[in-house]
Amino acid sequence: MGIIIDKNTRAIVQGATGTQGSFHTKLMIDYGTKIVAGMTPGKGGTEVHGVPVYDTVEEVQEKHSANASIIFVPAAFAADSALEAIENGIKTVVIITEHIPIKDAIEVMAYARQMKAKIIGPNTPGIITPSECKLGIMPSHIFKPGGIGMVSRSGTLTYEIAADLTRTQLGQSTCLGLGGDPITGLNFIEALRMFEKDQQTKAVVLIGEIGGNLEELTAEHIAKEKYPKPVVAFVAGRSAPPGKRMGHAGAIVMGKAGTAESKIEAFRKAGVEVAEKPGDVPDLLAKLVDIERE
Amino acid sequence: MKLYEYEAKEILAKYGITTPRGGLAASVAQAHEIATKLRLPVVVKAQVLVAGRGKAGGILFCQSVDEVEKSAEKLLNMNIKGIPVKSVWIEERIQVKKELYFGITTDRYNQCYVAVASSVGGVDIEEVASKTPEKVINTSINPELGLRPFQTREIARKMGFSGNKLSDLGRIFERLYVAGIENDAELIEMNPVVETVDGKFVAADARIIVDDNALFRHQDYKKRLMEGGSDLSLQELEAMNNDLAYVRLDGNIGVIGNGAGLVMATLDTIQYYGGKPANFLDVGGGAPSEKTALALRIVLSDPRVKTLFINILGGITRCDEVARGILEAKKKVGVTTPMVIRLVGTNEEEGKRILTEAGIQVLESMEEAARRAVEISKQGGS
Repeated sequence: MGIIIDKNTRAIVQGATGTQGSFHTKLMIDYGTKIVAGMTPGKGGTEVHGVPVYDTVEEVQEKHSANASIIFVPAAFAADSALEAIENGIKTVVIITEHIPIKDAIEVMAYARQMKAKIIGPNTPGIITPSECKLGIMPSHIFKPGGIGMVSRSGTLTYEIAADLTRTQLGQSTCLGLGGDPITGLNFIEALRMFEKDQQTKAVVLIGEIGGNLEELTAEHIAKEKYPKPVVAFVAGRSAPPGKRMGHAGAIVMGKAGTAESKIEAFRKAGVEVAEKPGDVPDLLAKLVDIERE
Repeated sequence: MKLYEYEAKEILAKYGITTPRGGLAASVAQAHEIATKLRLPVVVKAQVLVAGRGKAGGILFCQSVDEVEKSAEKLLNMNIKGIPVKSVWIEERIQVKKELYFGITTDRYNQCYVAVASSVGGVDIEEVASKTPEKVINTSINPELGLRPFQTREIARKMGFSGNKLSDLGRIFERLYVAGIENDAELIEMNPVVETVDGKFVAADARIIVDDNALFRHQDYKKRLMEGGSDLSLQELEAMNNDLAYVRLDGNIGVIGNGAGLVMATLDTIQYYGGKPANFLDVGGGAPSEKTALALRIVLSDPRVKTLFINILGGITRCDEVARGILEAKKKVGVTTPMVIRLVGTNEEEGKRILTEAGIQVLESMEEAARRAVEISKQGGS
């Protein structure tokens, strides 16, 4: 259960032989994720932590028919890797890589729409369905299975809030990082739709930040569709000055657009509880849902 | 990366978009020489990257070469919002019939570039969009097709043009799109693009922001940025050179964390408890110990910093690497500023052991650590 990935997910690691790729391949395998192959051009025939490595995704597909991929390839080549995965029929592509140019990201998203592939990221910690599958770089021990769906634009802030939830016995169905770039694949609204259909998910935590208007559009969606599950939000960047990029390429207030205040107001207007501090999320959730704390 | 007006205009001209005749001067003598070659009257514009230079007195209109010299001298000795003016752009004044807006930016929701046009130009387009949204025309651009001639004619018609002007204006829009794509612009705009009294279209002002992540494809811009041709502070430049994200703020609590969202939330939490952060610094994912040490040095080079709050939640970052970095910096820089450290996540036990053995206390809760940092920052006044 949960969304997008579960115990039947069969994943490739693109860029498996690099430092980060190799380190996290091991951690994902240790967590129980089925990593069926690694892929690095020129490293075909080698192995990483017992997983066979191939030169192309095409070759991986002939032998292993994977259905997901996670990408650790440097920024200049990451878009090419994503296109290679999509071209070869992979329907879930997680792009961990940071600093991919906007133009490249736009091309990847256009092709993904055409091929009906889900892109997570770029610049994301990935996705985890606790106890079933992890395609990402998040520290596993802060998650536990349960009824809270999480979707976020920030990596470490997701860990912060997930750890608080776990500490207070609120487990998670799936935690999904959308990525910190201006152009990313899945968005809050698509994630909400998937959580709506997932029986395990009883409530959803949205973690937004300054920049763009996706939070505002999401608030509109929640109000208009009368979203049936309780939603709690946190928005980072109340103290951010305008015109400065706060780390994430996508986190910037331009003039009056994209401020934390505008997003918080939109959420409150839509009936979404907004936490003042990350640590307030568990209490707000506990008030809204009657989840059996395991 | 923001480009100067003169750089943006040079790019537009290269793509066949008419801009006013003009030249760049870094001295009064150069200004004189340029002015003698132009048709008067002219306008002298300070070349700075901060917004609102017009209101700050950075744009002067001149009727004579003599006036140009005086204006250039005044502007070249001026600071605009703290930034010294190093050069001025002198150009012929155009006879304006109508000011329009046209720009290309990104549409996050639709994951594509979007053309934004308005028959109201020369003013803040966001203001126009919020007060009179019916006057703003948004056109999504299919990345495989690009901005097509028929789309530009549709835009021009909605802006109130007809006849040959549909194609005249449309061609400028197409060219601007190509200029944006080929230069990896996250924003390229003409504000205003002007219809002159004799029915021509001229880009009277231009702004380009190049996608920082695409600078590897534009080494000339990157070189200019690294040589200090920007509005960045010394700490911001050093951080950027080392792949760290640093933003100067106006408080006294130095902040280092990993992950933009966590650092932002850390600043927010400090503010919630009544403290004031001095900076934003994200060491990014997977920071090795040297990078953490460098981050400490950059933040502590700011004399306003009274206490340092390090907030690390390790995913791709390993806590033991961070702990080693803190010790390394302590040894090399001789840190005396009080530190509040919060460290959890990947290899957390090892990280805590390293710091505890060195006599440094490690906290587990971000809120507790934020409260502690605010307390320390308020000790001894200010």
